[in-house]
Amino acid sequence: MQIFHRSTNTLAKVSIFGAVFFIALFAWIFSTLLRSSYATGQGIVLKQPVPFSHDHHVAGLGIDCRYCHTAVEVSNSAGMPSTETCMNCHRQIWTNADLLEPVRSSFANNTPIVWQRVHDLPDFVYFNHSVHVAKGIGCASCHGQVDRMPLMFQQATLQMEWCLACHRDPGKNVRPREEVFNLDWEPTDPASYKRYMQPLPAAASDPEWKPSKADVQALQAKLVKEYKIQSLTSCSTCHR
Amino acid sequence: MATIDSPLPKPYKPPVVAPGHTPGTVTDKISSVVLRRTPKWWYVGFGISFSILMMFLFCVTYLFAKGVGIWGINQPVGWGFDIINFVWWIGIGHAGTLISAILLLLRQEWRTSINRFAEAMTLFAVACAGMYPVLHLGRPWLAYWLFPYPNTMGMWPQFRSPLIWDVFAVSTYATVSALFWYVGLIPDLATLRDRTRNRAMKIAYGFGAMGWRGSAAHWHNYETAYLLLAGLATPLVISVHTVVSFDFAVGQVPGWHATIFPPYFVAGAIYAGFAMVLTLAIPLRAAFHLEDFITTRHLQNMAKVMLATGLIVVYGYMAELFFGWYSGNIYERFMLMNRATGPYRFHWFALLLCNAVVPQLLWLRRFRTSPFWLFVISMFVSVGMWLERFIIIVTSLHRDFLPSSWGLYKGTIWDWGTFIGTIGLFLSLIFLFIRFLPMISIFEMRTIVPGGTEGGEYTTAPEQEPGISTEQGAVP
Amino acid sequence: MESVNDSKGKCGAEASAQPQPVRLDLAEVREKLSRQRGPEVWRSLEELAETPEFEEFLHREFPRQASEIDAVSRRGFLQLAGASLALAGLTGCTKQPPEGIVPYVKQPEYIVPGRPLFFATTLVHGGYAQGVLAESHMGRPTKIEGNPDHPASLGSTDVFAQAAVLTLYDPERSQSILHDGRIATWGAFVADLGNRLRALQGLGGEGVRILTGTVTSPTFAAQMQDLLTRFPRARWHQWEAAGGHHGRAAATRAFGQPLATRYDFSAARVVLAIDSDVLTEGPGNVRYQRDFARTRRVRKGNLQMSRLYAVESIPTNTGTLADHRLPLPAAEIEAFTLALAQAVGAATAGGDVLTDARARKFVQAIAQDLRANAGASIVAADEYSSPAVQVLVHAINQALGNSGRTVFHTAPVDAAPVDHVASMRELVTDMSAGRVELLLMLGGVNPVYTAPADLGFTPALQKVPLRVHHGLYENETSEYCQWHVPAAHELESWGDARSFDGTVSLMQPLIEPLYSGKTGHEVIAALFANRADATSFELVQAHWKTLLVGNFEEAWRKVVHDGIVPATQLPPAGASVDGGAVQQAANDIRASLQRARSEGSNKVTLRLRPDPTVWDGSLAQNVWLQELPKPLSKLTWDNALMVGPATAERLKVSHEETAEVSWNGRKVQAAVWVLPGMAEGTATLSLGYGRRRAGRATGLGFSAYELRTSQNLWNLPGAEIRGLAGRHDFACTQNHHVLPQGKRKSGMGEDGEIPLAGEQAEKRHLVMTGTLEEFRSDPDFIKKEREEPEPGESLYPGWKYEGHKWGMAIDLNVCTGCSTCIVACQAENNIPVVGKEQVQRGREMHWIRVDRYYAGDMDDPRIHNQPVPCMQCENAPCEVVCPVAATVHSDEGLNDMVYNRCVGTRYCSNNCPYKVRRFNFLRYSDRETPVLALLQNPDVTVRMRGVMEKCTYCVQRIEQAKIESKVENRPIPAGTLQTACQQACPTQAIVFGDINDPESEVTRWKSDPLSYGLLEMLNTRPRTTYLAKITNPNPALAAGQAHPEHEERT
Repeated sequence: MQIFHRSTNTLAKVSIFGAVFFIALFAWIFSTLLRSSYATGQGIVLKQPVPFSHDHHVAGLGIDCRYCHTAVEVSNSAGMPSTETCMNCHRQIWTNADLLEPVRSSFANNTPIVWQRVHDLPDFVYFNHSVHVAKGIGCASCHGQVDRMPLMFQQATLQMEWCLACHRDPGKNVRPREEVFNLDWEPTDPASYKRYMQPLPAAASDPEWKPSKADVQALQAKLVKEYKIQSLTSCSTCHR
Repeated sequence: MATIDSPLPKPYKPPVVAPGHTPGTVTDKISSVVLRRTPKWWYVGFGISFSILMMFLFCVTYLFAKGVGIWGINQPVGWGFDIINFVWWIGIGHAGTLISAILLLLRQEWRTSINRFAEAMTLFAVACAGMYPVLHLGRPWLAYWLFPYPNTMGMWPQFRSPLIWDVFAVSTYATVSALFWYVGLIPDLATLRDRTRNRAMKIAYGFGAMGWRGSAAHWHNYETAYLLLAGLATPLVISVHTVVSFDFAVGQVPGWHATIFPPYFVAGAIYAGFAMVLTLAIPLRAAFHLEDFITTRHLQNMAKVMLATGLIVVYGYMAELFFGWYSGNIYERFMLMNRATGPYRFHWFALLLCNAVVPQLLWLRRFRTSPFWLFVISMFVSVGMWLERFIIIVTSLHRDFLPSSWGLYKGTIWDWGTFIGTIGLFLSLIFLFIRFLPMISIFEMRTIVPGGTEGGEYTTAPEQEPGISTEQGAVP
Repeated sequence: MESVNDSKGKCGAEASAQPQPVRLDLAEVREKLSRQRGPEVWRSLEELAETPEFEEFLHREFPRQASEIDAVSRRGFLQLAGASLALAGLTGCTKQPPEGIVPYVKQPEYIVPGRPLFFATTLVHGGYAQGVLAESHMGRPTKIEGNPDHPASLGSTDVFAQAAVLTLYDPERSQSILHDGRIATWGAFVADLGNRLRALQGLGGEGVRILTGTVTSPTFAAQMQDLLTRFPRARWHQWEAAGGHHGRAAATRAFGQPLATRYDFSAARVVLAIDSDVLTEGPGNVRYQRDFARTRRVRKGNLQMSRLYAVESIPTNTGTLADHRLPLPAAEIEAFTLALAQAVGAATAGGDVLTDARARKFVQAIAQDLRANAGASIVAADEYSSPAVQVLVHAINQALGNSGRTVFHTAPVDAAPVDHVASMRELVTDMSAGRVELLLMLGGVNPVYTAPADLGFTPALQKVPLRVHHGLYENETSEYCQWHVPAAHELESWGDARSFDGTVSLMQPLIEPLYSGKTGHEVIAALFANRADATSFELVQAHWKTLLVGNFEEAWRKVVHDGIVPATQLPPAGASVDGGAVQQAANDIRASLQRARSEGSNKVTLRLRPDPTVWDGSLAQNVWLQELPKPLSKLTWDNALMVGPATAERLKVSHEETAEVSWNGRKVQAAVWVLPGMAEGTATLSLGYGRRRAGRATGLGFSAYELRTSQNLWNLPGAEIRGLAGRHDFACTQNHHVLPQGKRKSGMGEDGEIPLAGEQAEKRHLVMTGTLEEFRSDPDFIKKEREEPEPGESLYPGWKYEGHKWGMAIDLNVCTGCSTCIVACQAENNIPVVGKEQVQRGREMHWIRVDRYYAGDMDDPRIHNQPVPCMQCENAPCEVVCPVAATVHSDEGLNDMVYNRCVGTRYCSNNCPYKVRRFNFLRYSDRETPVLALLQNPDVTVRMRGVMEKCTYCVQRIEQAKIESKVENRPIPAGTLQTACQQACPTQAIVFGDINDPESEVTRWKSDPLSYGLLEMLNTRPRTTYLAKITNPNPALAAGQAHPEHEERT
């Protein structure tokens, strides 16, 4: 007599064939986890000593990125504003807002403010702001619409595949140099197109006209050539 | 197999099984080994090998905590015991599948009494070998980077590297031999399921037997599957060690960079494998009084295979020497001179003694037939094959191109601990195997004993045999 | 660097014992850290970053780099972050530990976050200045480069300068003022000594003694003058253990005054180095190497080449370059010099003093050659030859009319050129006579360890009521002092000093004193000018206020910016050698010759020398120098009693076995190292080891000072060596472990590995050599020997290089083997130190090494140096075998090494024919010590354990240069992009650049017929190539002496 009921046969068969699907399922779960905001820190707002709002300062007051991030065009680091920079204005306005207490005390006691790093690349990755800016990669391409962020958060995954996506095909994200710090710029912006692509198609005279997908690609191709943008995928480009 | 049922008088062929055995006795004899109470010496043996296994775990823990620097490796000798042992174990892991698959296809009936534990041994050896590629990494926790899986780095492994080929070769080999072994076990598991009185065991064996009833249909599927797997396994026997030999042949270090490596490694592997089978078979057959099943004929045949492969290996050595001289390449020449006269000359001569000189005794009948001598000789061979890997890896690396970078290599206590540790693992598994599974394929033996199923093929289902009550196999 | 933890523990103790914690923030913080281990150290460092005391400490200790906590920790954290994440099963590309950013409160406008600044400053070695540029990453000095405007540097440095930055951060430096071993304060110190001095001032400073090393600082000299006027009866003594004692004596004898001598090698066609390493040792060596190299750059179309003879008892770097090298025992060298002097008519002929035929042959040939090049030749004998020899050498140079053309005598460079030995003797006598009330030992002098053994300094010292020691480290001397004052490092202080040619260069601080150190200026000012608060800045500036011409503000700004004070080079002084002195010297030599030749055959002459890496012992705690393989012997972490093979056999002593050296009743035990090329009957033991109290260096090696007496500073004739049973385990980076236990005949190991190596090296055409004559007759003679494979002999398709194509070439003709490149590379690339035990296991981490090969006769070998960095092969064996693509060909031809991708199979290293890859077998980088995190170069990843690393042509510099050129939209200016080794190399033997650029220097070198690659027949197509070593033998000697190139082709 058999010790197992015959139904176990079915069970056995199912489990054998099911195995394939189980494995597939686990693989899928794993890869989604790796790309989830839990792993990447995407969209997570960190607690900062001062709830600084880019929305207010950039969109609201129209302060240029470079007013605070002074080194962005000359150095690997974009540079964080010194307390003095904040005080330049806040000596006059909001002089006794509670929110700004940390700033004032930092200035008074000469103790730096310790911010939480939002865009945190691994330590073996050497990113250089100046060269990306010089090659016409806009702030928004990596940092997103910062001027729409009341509190700063990380917009891109910052994972290697994300970096490579652009490094393998830089054209997708290039924009005219003068638009680099324009967070609202869109590839279909007629002005930039008209500036670079002479002669213009007849349709362009229409004020409502927007460059088509093909036009945008043409513009990007032109910029890539003009800015001598290469697709740099050698390891030492980022790892040293 | 045609010999048994052909009407014509046939030339005498020594029986594979000692006379006086019926299928019933075969089943009784073999299954009793598993079913009867555990003998005392088993506890002793298992206890010892298990404590060695624990030592192994300790070594590995310390290794992961401190890094591979606890070993003797250095500049220029970047590989030491780790890869030596890897290749050694993989080599040992060859006999099993060879015996089961190739000899099966060649219809070598004498294989039946040894293929089961040969396969088991293979499996365990591969298990030991399989650990080293991970252990030897500087950052073992990243071993999974060697597998091509979709990842967030947008990176693939580097497929030109023999180490990647290894990953595939070894894992396939492990899987196939495991399957092959298990499929072969199914009917016997069923037999054990039916014979054991212990309920827990019944469930366990029954689980493994996967509801085997021995119906004609079962036998039919079984045979196809078994033959298919045999067909699959056969090329692997050749491929695995060929790929392993590429680890060296692809490198340009004098002493590695040789086209002869693949055949020479495969032969060496079978050589080492059979040596290991003998080293296990001889004590086992004595311990369980299986002289009737593992007869001197088996020992002789294995001895002959050893002798043959051994001679191929020796040919390999001579070829190396010849090429070294004939190439006129000063690096090759220096490498050979250095092997014979350098700091490791003693290892080299020991290697020749173990692998080339001692096995020549097998030309003599009385050595082939004496279990004791066979045991000794195969011990020599096992040591020799280990030394061979030592010579290939260490002496080639320690003095390569730039004399300024020459150095010496010496295994540390941790190297030895890890090496002996894997032997502990191997033995523990063997002990568990002989205790809980039939070390000789019962049903296959039954097919070849006189008075066994006529025609030799599995045309008749076991339940019609005496010794097992019919209703046991009957469908409820 | 295990001892780091102890010192940390000690700090903790100090912190608790500290009465007023104001000045001890660092100790506090470190004590905090010392309570945790492993990861917590760093996490807590982050937490600490918020705590007020840490902020305060930051602002006081590194005001200009508060914001760098972020960058520092970023680099420092790396391995740990990597490790912990990886162990958690995640890779670098996933979750990160939270990280803070600490911006400035007020940002100095000249600082751009993330970009280094370079400051011209000065490092002092043996009292002499070397002008350097210090690279500062937001307030952290991380790297030293030479100052191109400085005459002693011209942009290059020596090993000591390269290693200085490590000493700056060394956690073993003394960190607080000690009074009787307990922590005290500057105030307490000044008060205590003030009282005593007021008492003594009445007596005009009777009993006040100040001991310093060699002083060239004008400011300090002025301060001392001022002091001696205020305290007329005080005395200033000097003792520079490895100073120019013989040189000064010889000059005084020859010219009647202690003139300094300097050479102009660029104008010399024939150079004879008499028992001297004139090219790579001494204050002017960097400049000398540069000038000499200029005369040796043989290329197709430029066959001008100077000729170098070396007659020496101990093989030197100079000797390895020599066209003719003659090993002679010390006494015979004196005879040789006399014979030569007679031959060139510098000394009155009087009987042949030479016995050795070969030496005679040399004298004739050299004398002829010198006369033929009169006025364009240099005969150089340095400090270690007896004064007699040096007097003769002065005479010879004068006779040849070299003086004023290639050899210049100037007013002494040091401020007070007294005879140090006499000065010491006077001090000791007075001390033991109880005439000394207060002894102030400044600038890290360590007389207890270094004073001549016969003077009995230590017992005398204890008779002094008040003893004060001032130095970077607590040492043997500070043990005997009531007061110890930590000194400020050169990179922490204002100051000035003269270089070998007298040029004054300024010292400016790059960082506030890490360990609250004080400069000598400040100590003197505080004690003797009642200015306890005077900073060295005020003192130095005050001194120069009167001296700088023009508008002081501008002049000062310029001086500080350039680092040198214009027009301070000492003018050549017309001086003539006194005939009597020459006669005297001749007689002395004859006398010593008598003695030497009558000596028993079991005697040897023991030569003492400063150690090539730890110098006189003052640098013993610098682990970069300790682990730097010493030129020729390739020993690390040790000194050794070196003898030649023949001598070893004669004395029955063997390699690596201990022996007892006895001389004049003094005994020292030391281990023997058999060094090919040592003259028969000569042994040498370098100073600087056998330290009793030197932190991690304590107990390393054997003390030569115990044999050194005031009479015999460098030369100990008639010493006896007796082999003992014991064995000593050396850590040698070449041929290490090739000498098996047991039978070791003549110490060269069974089947003599070292000769074997040399012989193989020649068979394998590793170092290709030839003579100028061959080159002249057939420019392609090297090409003909090369085994260059056909192009395209590869299974893989060739690489295309649109943009740059980097390459390197190394000129073996000018490489002296000085090893500066090794330390430079270590400093630039955050290369860890592994310690003696690991070096013995063959695990040193240097990315570039200098291979040394002997060829020919073991007692008179030809010696070759060959720097070997990564070859960046075109068909790289390492790339093919890496399973995870962690080493990959870049689109500019580099073999990128991706540390964060490496899993550590070591396959690449096995497959590398040049064995230039280095593996982190264990966790070598020190992460526990926060102060060492400040040392790291932020542009280079700090590697964790289990990772392979190697030279990548300083890819971080390449990328930086490229990025700047892209941002500014211009090509990389020629000469601005240099690798660390290239920049540091004194002879400019290394050139790096773009092979795609036909104009670049490197392309020119590579296209020269002398260019060849290492192991070309392997078809690896190395990107680093060499220029063959060309010798310029004297035909008159060539016949007699084994021609190098004959054996080279076997």
